[in-house]
Amino acid sequence: MCLLKILKTKGKRRMNYLNLSRHEGEWLPFAQAVEAEGGKKVLSCYQCGKCSAGCPVSFAMEEQPHQVIRMVQLGLSDRALNSPTIWRCAGCFTCTTRCPRGVDIAGVMSALRVIALARNVRTSRRAQAFHKVFLSLIKRYGRINEFELVVRYKLASMNLFQDLDLGLRMFMQGKLKPPRGIAGVRQLRSLFRHEKGGKRSGLRLLPGLQLTRHREGV
Amino acid sequence: MGYAYYPGCSLHGTAKEYDMSSRACLDFLGIEYRELPDWSCCGASSAHSVDHTLAVSLPARNLILAEQMNLPLMTPCTACYSRLRGAHHALRSDPGLARKVLTALGSEYKGRYEPLSILDVLYQYGPEAVGEKVTKKLKELKVACYYGCLLLRPPEYADFDDPENPGKMERLVETTGARAVDWPHRTECCGASLSLSDTKLVVSLATFIVDMAARHGAECIVTACPMCQANLDMRQRGRTKLPVYYVTELLGLAFGLEPKRLGLTTHMVNAMGLLRAKQLA
Amino acid sequence: MIRIGVFVCWCGSNIAGTVDVGKVAEESAKMPGVVHVEQNKYTCSDPGQDSIRKAIKEHRLDRVVVAACSPRMHEMTFRKCAASAGLNQYLVEMANIREHCSWVHSDMSVATPKAVDIVRRAVAKVKRSVPLFPSTIPVEKRALVIGGGIAGIQAALDIAEAGYEVTIVEREPTIGGRMAQLDKTFPTLDCSSCILTPKMVDAASHPGIRILTCSEVEDISGYVGNFQVRLRKRARSIDEARCTACGICISKCPTSRDSEFNMGLGTRKAIYMPFPQAVPNKPTIDREICRHFTEGKCGICQKVCPSGAVDFSQEDQVLNEKFGAVVAATGATQFSVEAYGEYGYGRYPDVITGLELERLISSTGPTDGKIRRPSDGRIPRTVVFIKCVGSRDENKGYPYCSKACCMYTAKHAILLKEKIPGASAYVFYMDVRAGGKDYEEFYQRSQEIGTRYVRGRVSRIYPLDGKLIVQGEDTLLGQRVEVEADLVVLAAAMVPQIDAPEMARKLGISYNQYGFFSEAHPKLRPVETNTAGVFLAGTCQGPKDIPETVAQASAAAVKVISLFAKSELTTNPNVASVDESLCSGCLWCMNVCPYKAIEEKIITERAGKETVTRSVASVNTGLCQGCGACTVACRDGAMNLLGFTNEQILAEVEALCL
Repeated sequence: MCLLKILKTKGKRRMNYLNLSRHEGEWLPFAQAVEAEGGKKVLSCYQCGKCSAGCPVSFAMEEQPHQVIRMVQLGLSDRALNSPTIWRCAGCFTCTTRCPRGVDIAGVMSALRVIALARNVRTSRRAQAFHKVFLSLIKRYGRINEFELVVRYKLASMNLFQDLDLGLRMFMQGKLKPPRGIAGVRQLRSLFRHEKGGKRSGLRLLPGLQLTRHREGV
Repeated sequence: MGYAYYPGCSLHGTAKEYDMSSRACLDFLGIEYRELPDWSCCGASSAHSVDHTLAVSLPARNLILAEQMNLPLMTPCTACYSRLRGAHHALRSDPGLARKVLTALGSEYKGRYEPLSILDVLYQYGPEAVGEKVTKKLKELKVACYYGCLLLRPPEYADFDDPENPGKMERLVETTGARAVDWPHRTECCGASLSLSDTKLVVSLATFIVDMAARHGAECIVTACPMCQANLDMRQRGRTKLPVYYVTELLGLAFGLEPKRLGLTTHMVNAMGLLRAKQLA
Repeated sequence: MIRIGVFVCWCGSNIAGTVDVGKVAEESAKMPGVVHVEQNKYTCSDPGQDSIRKAIKEHRLDRVVVAACSPRMHEMTFRKCAASAGLNQYLVEMANIREHCSWVHSDMSVATPKAVDIVRRAVAKVKRSVPLFPSTIPVEKRALVIGGGIAGIQAALDIAEAGYEVTIVEREPTIGGRMAQLDKTFPTLDCSSCILTPKMVDAASHPGIRILTCSEVEDISGYVGNFQVRLRKRARSIDEARCTACGICISKCPTSRDSEFNMGLGTRKAIYMPFPQAVPNKPTIDREICRHFTEGKCGICQKVCPSGAVDFSQEDQVLNEKFGAVVAATGATQFSVEAYGEYGYGRYPDVITGLELERLISSTGPTDGKIRRPSDGRIPRTVVFIKCVGSRDENKGYPYCSKACCMYTAKHAILLKEKIPGASAYVFYMDVRAGGKDYEEFYQRSQEIGTRYVRGRVSRIYPLDGKLIVQGEDTLLGQRVEVEADLVVLAAAMVPQIDAPEMARKLGISYNQYGFFSEAHPKLRPVETNTAGVFLAGTCQGPKDIPETVAQASAAAVKVISLFAKSELTTNPNVASVDESLCSGCLWCMNVCPYKAIEEKIITERAGKETVTRSVASVNTGLCQGCGACTVACRDGAMNLLGFTNEQILAEVEALCL
């Protein structure tokens, strides 16, 4: 059984060795893609682990931040993009602030999230649902309406009953109000990528930007 | 002169007391400000996770609006502060990205003024000058100043104070006569950005931070971030519950303003109890 | 009639692999003035040089072009070779077809024509070369050693042993430097004082060595063999000849401050000796805090001194002296670890640096050799060592490795276990660099006695209930770890002295981006600088441990000795020269000259029937280093650099571009 498994995976791995040669062509383009999305100096990491040591949420990560950086350095794009760690990152920048090599670790995490979404890697559904709902609201109204954000997120993540009590209290306090759009929302929409098919077509421009009209108003 | 005031989405919702108390303090101190007309969301951490360019272009729109008013942009919200400054920094240091973003927005951006936090504005006014306006000393109130992340990190653009050992908020708060306790976790992340998607994790972070503040003798926490405030206020599960105030709420109180006008009655952890016990409200 | 010989070198495959040498030779033969062309596998070899000598004689060559490597590599070789065949050595020109051509190209079809162009350039230049003749200058056979640490002491002893006079200038009140602060030294664990103080005494008692403490170099001018140095000897307020070092003054002095020697962990008096074995063994008055100077009162020391040695009226002395060579041994200092807010140095008293621990371990230290933590004087049970604080960190410190910390941390861990049985030591490291004789074994010994090495950088430290919580990552385990420590020791980076750039300017030498002095060549001229006659020893050149420092100091001493062994020095004739008939006397050249080698000269000449007096530039060939800045600044074209005249350079440009 075990032998069979080894034979089956022969093409991929031999005897559980991670074959680095197979990823040789991948490491540079992948690292460059990560840097292009804001993950500065990822190749400079020398694996001291200061990022993981100071990370407030690394205790809840199976793969530590420095290990994800290592994956990027070795070109293990699938493992990096599928790592739940990139969605656990709270974006607090403690790691970036303390990195002795000037690696923007938090930036690498967000770059990996961007690439994961663009490549349709679905790992952390909740986090992804949250960001999706969040941005769709900006697109619709130009601002975030927390009431709608929470309701839509709960629907999207099938997590209806958590925080119900808090929500009710807030509603009573007038903190959760129905949404209202802003005037410049059409311009804002133009900033969003063409989403269909997950293809990246860069920024799309709509003619007659609202901003010009607005400028006259000010 | 004066400032363009950018409240941000939270201050129109869950953090409305921050909006109320900020405006009340600015009005009281006679600092001129005008709400940025037709402001839009800064994109927060979500834009960051979806598109590097979007994370700059969303705040950039607001930076441009403020520049057209010829006023420095100021925001009470620390998360917005971080995004606005990040975009300001990117537009000035990354010409390629700047071109892309500004073409899409059909405008130019000179970046004459750095976007500011309301704490910067209060600092420009001067802690001594603020202290002179205090009419009701918040004596014996022991507060733990909590900076969180985005005022201080990454120091490349969010450089309100020393990222590891800040002290400016303490100086402001101590002008009210309150005593700021020395505690080591004032820059630790509370995990607010995961509050909805990873609630269990965030509860443990928030509880730990509040516990550490209490262990160092604090009776309450004061912060300048609506995410931190909401998170610590909602997610703490420790034995001792500490109220979490906005820095402007405490200042407003010391200026002798009405607690209701400052929004002190709409907290999750009772914010009035402590103040009444100390005969401050 | 000019007869040029061109010698094209293969340099094995270094050149021939990328450049068609045969083609280059063939094209060279066509160049005007070239009468002889040869190829050689290795022109610098004995047979290669022989062929040049032979060709000079057989073909009556009066100019030679060697198309080979960089002039920095072998110009001297071929000059000597030509001279031995009776040709003036300045009629040899190098065409660099290796570094400038074959090494940077891979395509032979591109490299070959480029090599031909380079040869054409050299031929055009050499055609306009004239014989030049070096002159000689005398050498002042006295050496100045700046810095009285172990590097300066060693260099001074070696130079003096060879029979030359040496002056050590030290700005502290005693020689000894950093090494005097250490307790024991790795990897042998012999006591630092026991091996250093005898050397200090040797230096003090050596008839050829003069030690000036409390002294600094204010200005240096001149050139190799003839440096003019202005020294300032600060007032010690003690008559050294009278003082018997009885120490009564120190015991009676009412004023004190943090002791620099003890890294601020103890105090010293206003009248003080940094440590008991100080050399010279005389106290010094710190005028910044002495009440006699700050308030005009006190004077107790003067009253109690049995030999009347206290002299408040003493003034600074300025000495102008001449030296033939200078050894810079100005040392290094400790990185300001306050930059790491997350480690809390300065806020948490029990976070200390390695040097501070040395003072706590040392029996002459503030705790008499008992390791006690600064906050409450308790003996620590758990000590955490953090390496690379300021080193290998381009964010908060410096990117380089400080080299000595791995070993002294191993030493600290061993000494800790020796002094406090049962204590536990944790070392947070990223790499252990123990490349040195017996170093790896020493590191292993520290592991074997139970020091726990954790691979990872510490993220932060905070105090809790009297302990320091040290949070790091064990990257080998892939898990966060936490240690409850009593004492934390930071291995602070070794950094240049704050005033190193200023000293470099005085010495006319260069320094790297951090402020360490630059050697002339990292491999082949490690103790020389780009300024002739100035040599380097010790950590002013880069981080080093003691053995390396001592070795470099001896090497610098040998360089000084070999300089002094010559009766006179030969100067480079590639110096600036003024054509007085063209010079308009604007003296722009004087402004741009970095060596102060140009002076104004008044000349009298006849113009028609009248006699006119006007000023022109004049070059001091002893000072001129041949940089050529003046030739560029000269708007009249009156200034020429011999060996690189304007005519020659234009000919080169034409050869390349036309």
